[in-house]
Parts: sequence; C-alpha cells; structure tokens
Amino acid sequence: MNIDFFFQYLVAGITYGTIYAIVAIGFNIIYNTTGIINFAQGEFVMLGGMISVALHAFVPLPAAILAAVILTMMIGAIIEILFIRWLANPSVLRMIIITIGISILVRETALHIWGAGVRALPYFTGSEVSAISVGDVHVSPQVLWVIGISAVTVTGLNLFFGRTLPGRQMRACASNRNAARLCGINAKNMVTLSFVLSAGIGALAGCVVSPITYIQYDSGTPLAIKGFTVAILGGLGNSMAAVAAGLILGVLESFSIWIMPTAYKDVISISILLLILFVRPSGLFGNKEAAGLKEF
Amino acid sequence: MRVFKMLAVFLAIALVTVSPVLAAETIKIGAILAVTGPAAFLGAPEAKTLEMLVDDINKHGGVKGKKIELIIKDSGASPEKALSFAKQLIEEEKVFAIIGPSTSGETMKIKSVAEEGKTILLSCAAAEVIVNPVAKYVFKTPQKDSHAVARIFEQLKKQGISKVGVLSSNTGFGKAGKEQIEKLAPEHGITIAVNEVYDKAASDLTAEVTKLKAANVGALINWSIEPAQAIVIKNARQIGLNVPIFQSHGFGNIEYVKAAGAAAEGVIFPAGRLLVADTLPKGHAQKSVLLKYKKDYETKFKEDASTFGGHAYDALMIMVKAIETAGTDREKARTAIENIKGFVGTGGVFTFSPQDHNGLDVNSFEMLTVKNGKFVVLADGEKKAEKKDVKKKK
Repeated sequence: MNIDFFFQYLVAGITYGTIYAIVAIGFNIIYNTTGIINFAQGEFVMLGGMISVALHAFVPLPAAILAAVILTMMIGAIIEILFIRWLANPSVLRMIIITIGISILVRETALHIWGAGVRALPYFTGSEVSAISVGDVHVSPQVLWVIGISAVTVTGLNLFFGRTLPGRQMRACASNRNAARLCGINAKNMVTLSFVLSAGIGALAGCVVSPITYIQYDSGTPLAIKGFTVAILGGLGNSMAAVAAGLILGVLESFSIWIMPTAYKDVISISILLLILFVRPSGLFGNKEAAGLKEF
Repeated sequence: MRVFKMLAVFLAIALVTVSPVLAAETIKIGAILAVTGPAAFLGAPEAKTLEMLVDDINKHGGVKGKKIELIIKDSGASPEKALSFAKQLIEEEKVFAIIGPSTSGETMKIKSVAEEGKTILLSCAAAEVIVNPVAKYVFKTPQKDSHAVARIFEQLKKQGISKVGVLSSNTGFGKAGKEQIEKLAPEHGITIAVNEVYDKAASDLTAEVTKLKAANVGALINWSIEPAQAIVIKNARQIGLNVPIFQSHGFGNIEYVKAAGAAAEGVIFPAGRLLVADTLPKGHAQKSVLLKYKKDYETKFKEDASTFGGHAYDALMIMVKAIETAGTDREKARTAIENIKGFVGTGGVFTFSPQDHNGLDVNSFEMLTVKNGKFVVLADGEKKAEKKDVKKKK
C-alpha cells in the first residue's frame, strides 16, 4: 500500500466506472418505456463501435461516429418492428427471451460481416500513449471524452424525459400503458422510439469506449453485463443514478486491486453490490414506490 | 415384401462391409480449431492453412497415392465443445489423426480422450503440460512456454533487470505461462514483485499497471492472448510506466500491434521466425520454408500470415511425413513421428524422440521487437540503444 498512488487508482476506477456507466444508460431508456431489460443492449454498443470503425476508413471521425449512431438507431428500429411490435401483450419473461435471441442473432451476423478480429477507433485526441498528467497522476484523454459524452447524454436525456412531449409520453407508457393509450398516446410508437434512442446511445458508447477497450464481434456481452449490474445498482430507469453507480463500482474495483490480488476484483465488487441490494432492493437511488409499480 | 426385406438386409450388410474399403482410399484427418470465438486469431489462420495445404497435397496426388480428407470442427475455443468433437472424430469418423485444438485449455481437456482412443493428436497450442509429462499419442508443434520464458529471462539478464511484475490472463495459456515464470524465475535470479491475474475480458487495466508502478518494477511481463495484451501496454504507457515491456509469443499477431499503435513500440517478445522471414540471413535453414508458406498463404487469403497458421502447417506436414515413411498404420505412423529428425518447419527445426513430443529447442524462438509498427529481430545494437532510451526516460 502506498498512498502516493491513491489518486492514480482513483483515476483508474473512474475510467472503469465511466465505461460501465455509459453502457448502463442505454438499459434505462427501454426500461423507462417498456419496463423490460433489453439484453441486446450490449450488441448496440458493439454495432456502434464496429460500424464506426468500418466507416472511418472512408470518412473523418466525427462523420463516421454520427453515421454509425444513425445506422445503429435504424437497426434498433428494425429490430423492434420485426420482433417486438407485433406482440399483442408480451410477458416480461417472453420479452427477455426475445431480446436474448436478438443479441445472439446480432452477434453472429457481426461475426460473418467483420470476422473475429479486434478493432478500435483512433483516440479522439492524442494517441495510445498520451496522457494528461497532474503531478504523478495520469489519465488518458479518451477517459475525459467518455466522461464528457456521458455527462452530455445524461443531461440531454433528463431534459428529453422531463421537458419534451415525446419524452413525457414515453414515461407515461412506462407508468401505465393502458392509461397512456386512453390519453391518445401511441404506445407502440413510443416503444419503437425507445429502442431507437437506446440503440443510438449504445452506439455512441461503443464509439467512445472503443479506443480504450477495443471492439470485436463478441465484446457486447461483457460490457452489457457490467452495464446491467450498474443500472441495477443505481436503480433502474434513472440515468443520473447509473453514472453515479458506475463510478462507485469502478472505484470499488480499482481499490480492490490496490489492496488485494486482481483475481478478487469481481468478488469484492459483486459482494458489495449484493449487500447494497439487500438493504435497498430498488437500487441506491431508486424509488421504492416507483419500482413497485413495475412488473420487473 | 420379403424380397424387399432381404434386399434391405443385403444392402445394409454390403454398406457396412464396403465402407471401410471406401474409407481406406482417403486418409481422414480431423481438426478441432477455434475458428470463431475469442481465440479465432489462432484458429482461423490454422483452418485456412490446413485447407490450403490439403488442397495442394490432393492436387499433387495425395500422400502415398491416397487423398487426405480433412474434417474441420469449430470449437469456438470452448473446451467442452472440443471434447465432444474429439469423441465424435475418434468414435464416429474414426479419423487417422487430429490436428489441434488451438488453445491449451482445450488440448488438456481432450488429451486423455486421444490417448484412450489411440488417435494421434497434434496440438497447435503452446502450454508445456501438453507434452510434459509425455502422453503416447499426443504431440504439439508450437514452441514450449518454458523456452519462451527462458528466452525472456535471458534478455532481462542482458538488460540488467532482476525485478519484474507479471500480469497474466485467466485462461489456459495465461495460467501455463504464469506457472513457468514462477518456476523458472529463481534459477535465473529474477524476483517477481507483483504477480496479478486479470479477467480475459478485461476492458481496462490501469489499476493493475499502477500496482506495478507502485512496486517499482524493472520490467513488465504480460502473458495472454486476448485483446488485453494490447490494452495493458497502452495503460502502462499512459500512466508513465516506462520500463521495458515483455510479452509472450501470443503477441505475434500484427493486429495487436496495430491496435496498440504507438504503445506497441519497443515491446519485446519471443516468437517463431515466420514474422521476420524476409530478414533472415540467406543460409538460414528455415528461410525457404517460411517464405514459401508466407507467400502461398498471403496470395491465397489476402491477409498477413501468422505464426499460428504456421503451427497447423507444421502439424500437418509432420503427419504427412510420418505417413510417407510408415504408411497408414496408425501405430507405425506414431512411432515414425517420434523418429523424425531435423524436420524443417515454420516453428523451427523439429527433432522428436519418445521423450520429446514437441521436438523444438530453445533456439526455435527469436527475440523480436516492434519498430515503426513492424516486427523486427531484436538485434544486439538495438538492445543497447533501447537500454539507454529507458535510462533516459527514468
């Protein structure tokens, strides 16, 4: 143990945390509208990364990212329309199985299109070795990009769900679908919209984290597992909480590496997660009453 | 009706008795390779290499007048799948020999199955335990972990480093390498200050390298075959851990160098000579074999040849050579492999014996480094230059 490295571990933890958080945000949107967890969320992240890398061979970075996000949004819409929209009254279990199926389908398709190699976008600023240093603490500029983009996304989403009509319509569908329909809200369109939004945010996450983590056809699932954990820890449906929970989990992991062998990292973080959930089953920042209204 | 029944019985008997005769006209060789999945960078070039070679051999009349029938099974690097494929190949297909699996974990899972089924297994995986202790029917073509570790330790000694930090992934390959490092460190006078195992799907390893930095190690040794081996060098450089970085022979894939970009510069690792075939001196025993394989592979598949495809090349060619000497009797072919001496392959010059089922010595590894995004031999001059460089940074 050496206190000098406290801040370096903290920064490492923040790096882990922001990666988890930006993936977790996507889970919350579909949950907010449909009350289900989309297990294909990790695949949106993978698709965003893969498509942007493929496009970056032809167009500059911002254009490639924008196009990847738009394309993934379209894929999200197509998936919802093909697999989910026509279900009359889907049970939660059925939706979970469908989304797991979609995730396998997307992953295998990606394998056939891109093969199994690892890819990454270039660092948005600087290179693989550059770091912003404050004293003896170093952080990759890409981490700042991830934090910045997470912040912008969360703020944007809060404004969208709180202030705009479609956002409020989406929340209405989540609270009570039948009542929302009686008010003249097209619930089916709202679900499609939520898939489009979460696909877009997933894709954006895939683009910004790919220089750090690399992307290959099957990297969606491990990212989604951590993202899912964080979404639950924060309290489902709350994007701000997801970011906070992501940072908490990331920092916990990093400090556990500091004092224990790395192999115990997940044991420690998951034990703490379980403890928190025993005390607060609706998540750290979740609303117990709101959670009680949901099916899942 | 009765006639039909009798006819059916007759046909069935005829089929049963005829099929072994049919099978005898081809030599069935099975291959269990991780064509997809996390170890696809091993399995995919291996499968392509085998297909290319078998096509070529069959076009030229086969081995001893018999065509090779290649059956490739994609295990996706899953030991469980490898096990069921091994049983299928041995019991149902009754293959002459099996090439693969690509990874050490899978190979260890099927080692006993091959042994019980008396089927020759030519593994393309690296771990020492595959051939140590020796199993009668199990061989392997990649160089041994212990040789890789020994070469790294020799290099450390040359650079005057004795305190190292070791990182490895939680896979069969990582575990086997870690064991060899721990085993060989004392006799080379190397102290392991930090010894960490990370998850194979790790997305960032900043905390792990921070631990190394805190322990003030003289070098970082990383042992893995996942993208993590590119991530770890980036993270090390980002936090300013400017010590020499050593990787395993799993780093011999230019894709990871591209992925790690500037961070990959100066990484030192042991590897087969395929990666530097062009720069070998003219009289080098392996040069012509390497250049031919490289050229054939690269013209056919339009991608860089890797040492991993070379392991499959060696496995098949050793099998072919054994069949050429001993014919298609499995027992005789097995003994023939043990008697192969001075066989020039892509991994090195193979000399097998009943005690040595790998056939390669420590010199089959060359120490390579990355310079301007390319693999080059770590020449003596560069070693000195690099040492100075490191000192300057300190």
